[in-house]
Amino acid sequence: MSEHRIELTVNGHRHAALVEARTSLGEFLREELGYTGTHLACEHGVCGACTVMVDGVAMRSCLMLAVQANGGAVTTVEGLAEPDGTLHPVQQALKDNFGLQCGFCTPGVAITMAAVTRENEGAGAGQIEKALTAAMSGHICRCTGYQGIRRAIRQLAGATT
Amino acid sequence: MNIHAKSVGAVRYVGSRQPRKEDGRLLTGRGQFTDDIRLPGMLHIAYVRSAAARGRIVSIDMDAAREMPGVHAIYTQADLAAVPVAMQTFFFTPIEAPVTLLADGRVACVGDPIAMVIADSRALAEDAASLVEVVIEEETPVVTIADAKTGPLVHPDRDDNISAEMGDEDTREAIQPLLDGCAHVVSTRIRHQRIAQSPMEGRACVASPEGAGEMTVWIGCQSPHLAARYIALVLGLPAEALRVIAKDVGGGFGLKNIPWREEVAVIVAAKLLGRPLKWIEDRFEALTASSHARDQDVSLTVGFDGEGHLQAAWCDYACNNGAWPMGEDANIAVHMFMWPAYKLPAYGFVTRGWYTNTMGLGAYRGPWAMESLVRETLLDKAARKIGIDPVELRRRNLVYLTDQPHTSTLGIPVTDITPGECLEKLVASIDLAAFRKEQVEARKQGRYLGIGIATYIEPTGAAGSMAPMTGETVHLRIEPTGKVVAMLSTHSQGHGTATTMAQVIAQQLGVAYEDVAVYEGDSAIGAFSPGAAGSRQGVIAGGATWRAAEMLADKVKVVAAHLSNASVEAITIQGGMVHVAGAPEMTRSLREIAEIAYGEPGRLPEGAATGLEAQYRYQPPPMTMTSAAHCCMVEVDAETGFVKILRWISSEDCGTVINPGVVEGQIAGGLAQAIGQVLLEDMPYDARGNPLAPTFKDYLMPAISDVPDFEYLHASTPSQTIGGMRGVGEGGCIIGPPTLVNAIADALSPFGEIEELVLPLTPARVLDVIEGRDISGTRAHLEGGASAAVEAVLPVEVAAPAAAGGIDGDWNMILKTPMGPQVMVAHFDTDGSAVSGYLEAPEGRQDFAGGTLSGRQVKFEMKVEKPMKITLKYDLLFDGDSMSGKCKMGMFGSAKVSGERA
Ligand code: FES
Ligand code: FES
Repeated sequence: MSEHRIELTVNGHRHAALVEARTSLGEFLREELGYTGTHLACEHGVCGACTVMVDGVAMRSCLMLAVQANGGAVTTVEGLAEPDGTLHPVQQALKDNFGLQCGFCTPGVAITMAAVTRENEGAGAGQIEKALTAAMSGHICRCTGYQGIRRAIRQLAGATT
Repeated sequence: MNIHAKSVGAVRYVGSRQPRKEDGRLLTGRGQFTDDIRLPGMLHIAYVRSAAARGRIVSIDMDAAREMPGVHAIYTQADLAAVPVAMQTFFFTPIEAPVTLLADGRVACVGDPIAMVIADSRALAEDAASLVEVVIEEETPVVTIADAKTGPLVHPDRDDNISAEMGDEDTREAIQPLLDGCAHVVSTRIRHQRIAQSPMEGRACVASPEGAGEMTVWIGCQSPHLAARYIALVLGLPAEALRVIAKDVGGGFGLKNIPWREEVAVIVAAKLLGRPLKWIEDRFEALTASSHARDQDVSLTVGFDGEGHLQAAWCDYACNNGAWPMGEDANIAVHMFMWPAYKLPAYGFVTRGWYTNTMGLGAYRGPWAMESLVRETLLDKAARKIGIDPVELRRRNLVYLTDQPHTSTLGIPVTDITPGECLEKLVASIDLAAFRKEQVEARKQGRYLGIGIATYIEPTGAAGSMAPMTGETVHLRIEPTGKVVAMLSTHSQGHGTATTMAQVIAQQLGVAYEDVAVYEGDSAIGAFSPGAAGSRQGVIAGGATWRAAEMLADKVKVVAAHLSNASVEAITIQGGMVHVAGAPEMTRSLREIAEIAYGEPGRLPEGAATGLEAQYRYQPPPMTMTSAAHCCMVEVDAETGFVKILRWISSEDCGTVINPGVVEGQIAGGLAQAIGQVLLEDMPYDARGNPLAPTFKDYLMPAISDVPDFEYLHASTPSQTIGGMRGVGEGGCIIGPPTLVNAIADALSPFGEIEELVLPLTPARVLDVIEGRDISGTRAHLEGGASAAVEAVLPVEVAAPAAAGGIDGDWNMILKTPMGPQVMVAHFDTDGSAVSGYLEAPEGRQDFAGGTLSGRQVKFEMKVEKPMKITLKYDLLFDGDSMSGKCKMGMFGSAKVSGERA
């Protein structure tokens, strides 16, 4: 198994490590760096639970290799809130609207929402709601029936216009 | 003087949408799920599983795997057998199938665990597992219920493939004349697909041996207390040697009711190896090798009089239990709860579970949900046939409050159910006439709209009639800091119990919600409870916290009254401040009172215990009923067969609502799973016994685009429990399927009936109805398989004279009850044709007399009080040193009896 030295930042912190070529980014973040907020629920790219941002773009960390993130800036769910603990607007919206129950799918949901709201900054409410809803079709939540997630989307769309 | 004291009013936390206490950690990635646990020296497990559905294990070659660096051990059943294990059901009764943790010489389903590889990392363990070579002498598997009836024995040492059986074929003869006399007779058949429960976090277990024979276990479960009791029982460990922790669990839905083979194997292996071990199930395993659910074939026939009043019904229920069910199950609850909400005078049934070479069955949200699906879809079919509005048909038959108390045909009493009232509330909120008009207009344009309505009741908060279904304990204290801490037996896999329990405590104690901390999810705190099972925590733990908070408030009042020289009646607690009526200057904070209670015992009233603590265990009434009526509107695309859900309205009565956000979340989650069951999810097996949906690309989970916005109406009729709550965890998954099926059937009615409902209703199966031919190939598939379906040939009874010694003396006897087999000793004394004696079980001994002996046949009766008052009627046939027969158990139908001379 070939090993590679990689450097990257996670939530603004610099990390360097030796990783096997086959190690997924998700596994690396959890096992090597201890960012256990990122959850692996299917490990085959369907459920979205493992989503993290790499250079601002939402990526499925079960499908991306750690070596591919070399030199990149990764944001996990641990890095969404402000350093003083103020929740990111997507976290707040999920909380306000009972958008989570068991919380296993939630890290991926929150990261995708954060990435999509950022990509659509300044867009109209309709466009933001559409983009967020479309992005959420790539996330599976077994608990909530998506009701709170949808209300959170509406709150975010309303708040951003 | 506290001039603000008067302005602090009592806060009604119960009924308000308090933000969840759990969300802070879960939204910021700081939850603690089992896979987040890492311990020094911890090793990782991967299982080697069977790729064959049935056969004999010829050899297991582990040499190559053992040589891999990083591999510490590879265990097979021969190794694990060093620790004796007797697996049990959720009811703490023995599993009847000869289940071992790993396969013991034979495999009985694809996914059967054969060996466990223990290595430095999960990846290495998986690498090594792939190098283990297993040779299996394959045999033709028994896959379907039809196969089970005629095929070879799944477990060669058993008499037949019937895993469990209740009810009585004889009642068919009693019901038939009643049906013959009915103006309308309507039949339906439903084949419910196999479901993979699919919590987003799969099963997971970390076991850490500690000290002398002690063990700490982190596990994905639905109650750490139940998991601890279960593990201690099956391993024969003293319970005090075991601590189970489960802070955060990513969904359970019944699958995680009890630890199963893989989790128990982790614990046994940790014991053998003396190292902390972790097993995290991957999704492939979760879909194909976690216990499945449903997989039923049900026929129901119902007779109505000319006005649509129910007259009689007969049901034949069969359930594919797989090879290793978490408890052999004929699902008696389907029959018990099919009719208590309706005035039906006569009901008969036969109900069976069947062993097959497929993954074993476990529980899933509303395990008896078939009762609502088969009844409510039949009622709509009947309404179309009789030519009566489906709402009106229900009105003529439902048990309204004015009809209660009412007792169902099978003896279930109802005193405060409101399915009719929920229905009226629902109907009042929708304009049915307008929808029908729109439907007619739409049809003219080739658009097919449909509306479906269903009503149901659900037993929740059961306590006292089944071993694990008990009360809840709460230990509550006010810390010297004035903050409130609750230690509970509850467990949340998303239920938000820390939130709802804190709301109850804050309100009943008179403190701020923010000042209440709830600790749960650890067998070291609280006392035994089955946690999240049977929609019970809001009801029972809610009642326990309600009363404990009142008890603690009373204690604060006694202390405050003493300190202020006032009467207890003059004291009130509001917003964390303790007030004395008419003496605002005497107002003290709870903290001041607590500091005195802990630190200055001399200032307490004489005889008062120091500190501010209360403990209460609540044992509620045996059962608390929840009722609901739902309505769903759909549009079916006649070109593609695609179903679009337009609207969904829930009208439920779950009594006191502690937190509407939490209650609606439970309903919505259940409804999404219902939509999945009706339209999407399916775990089919091929003829070789291979599960065909091993990834989320094959097993279609409902996504945001499949689920509409739900609308809610809450009736909130308080129950008879402390606090008045009724359970709500499972309901959506029970009433959802018939509501949606009825809407689709209504949309399809211009084309014809869904004669036999085969789930899921995929677009192709919807097109079968629209085009009137077998587009989906479902019929061809079923008939291909069904041609082999022949009733099982019962073993021919060989007539032999009773043994010379007659029947006198002791017999080891097994009674197969709905809660699992019961082992007892039967003692018979004969005097001519008169028989007396006793039955002795671990629970006690009961005598009987007045029995009769004729030839080899013995009949006798025995009245029992538990779980309810029924008369057991034994009918036994003796043959040398063995005996067999049945026991009629009132509403529970008949149970098989077998035995041998002791
Ligand atoms: S774990 Fe990556 S998509 Fe499911
Ligand atoms: S909150 Fe449990 S899976 Fe989404």
